[in-house]
Amino acid sequence: MIIYGVALLAICTLVGISIGQVLGHLLGLPANVGGVGIAMILLILSGSYLNKKGVIDPKTEQGVEFWSAVYIPVVVAMAAKQNVFGAFSGGAMAISAGVTAVVLGFALVPVLDRMGKEKTQASKSISSPSTDRV
Amino acid sequence: MFESLLLVSTKYSLIVGFAVIGLTMWFSYWLSAKFTRGRVHGSAIAILLGLTMAYFSGAFTGGHKGVVDVPLLSGIGLLGGSMLRDFAIVATGFGVKIEEIKRAGKSGVLALFFGIFSSFIAGAAIAMAFGYTDAVSITTIGAGAITYIVGPVTGAAIGASSEVMALSIAAGLVKSILVMVVTPFVAPLIQLNNPRTAVIFGGLMGTSSGVAAGLAATDAKLVPYGCLTAAFYTALGCLLGPSVLFLAVRALLPG
Repeated sequence: MIIYGVALLAICTLVGISIGQVLGHLLGLPANVGGVGIAMILLILSGSYLNKKGVIDPKTEQGVEFWSAVYIPVVVAMAAKQNVFGAFSGGAMAISAGVTAVVLGFALVPVLDRMGKEKTQASKSISSPSTDRV
Repeated sequence: MFESLLLVSTKYSLIVGFAVIGLTMWFSYWLSAKFTRGRVHGSAIAILLGLTMAYFSGAFTGGHKGVVDVPLLSGIGLLGGSMLRDFAIVATGFGVKIEEIKRAGKSGVLALFFGIFSSFIAGAAIAMAFGYTDAVSITTIGAGAITYIVGPVTGAAIGASSEVMALSIAAGLVKSILVMVVTPFVAPLIQLNNPRTAVIFGGLMGTSSGVAAGLAATDAKLVPYGCLTAAFYTALGCLLGPSVLFLAVRALLPG
């Protein structure tokens, strides 16, 4: 039944967000520590476990897939409720601070990508020189 | 008549949200196919339209919540609120391969620290270039460049003035909006086309809304990977901002 999928998703979300909230409280932070990420990992693990057990039928899957498909419209709605006017009336300093942070972030993506890759490729070529391309 | 319509739209706010956003999506995909031959993704156009509507709503109503401040459209707030956003983000995790996450895990953690430090340094440097000399203001504006939540949280903890806190929020908003808009165009240049770089991207940018929308407009398959690391960013920023980063700024400032 579709509701089983929706319920699985809801339980994983609630448990994950709650763990994040408690973690934040324990660390004395006014923020949720990785709740969405924890919830996602719970869903991945429980999903693959239940799949192996053969409990998840296509209908159940649809209950999760619907929300995954609704993701982009939800994000569009989220964009429509941002304080865009406030951001642009923050003045030149706020704008240049935001822009610089974003430019640096983009520039660092290839740098970090290469950093991790060199290590794994080096270790792979030592262990098995025949399969250096994965 | 307007009052009856208002009554319907408040009572059925979420339904209004579905209808309005659905039509916006349809219009965006039509624009994408007709004028860009699909080169600019329909979802990218839809997000841009959403932000544009939010800008004009803010300009006309004087509110802080974009189109939500416009009567009749308040339902968009529920549809685009953090509850449904997080619910949908978690749903995208279904079908993610755990091996991909394990493989990129270390780089993701590294990216979180790099992202927070680079954004903070960018914000702090700009604050100094604009004439701020006290450690509290410089730290708060730098923290705002991390995310618009880290800014005021840090500012409140170290006693920043409300003007500086407002500036830090504005800097964070600019960052998140820019990530939403620019990501699909920059993605091909930085190899943002696989789970590994998406994990790194989420850790470097960190703004949950920016990463969520930026990846949606680039390739929806990458969304869970980026959002997974981004989920830890704001909390880590709130942890480091008033402590390590503030102390570092105070130690480095002359006098």
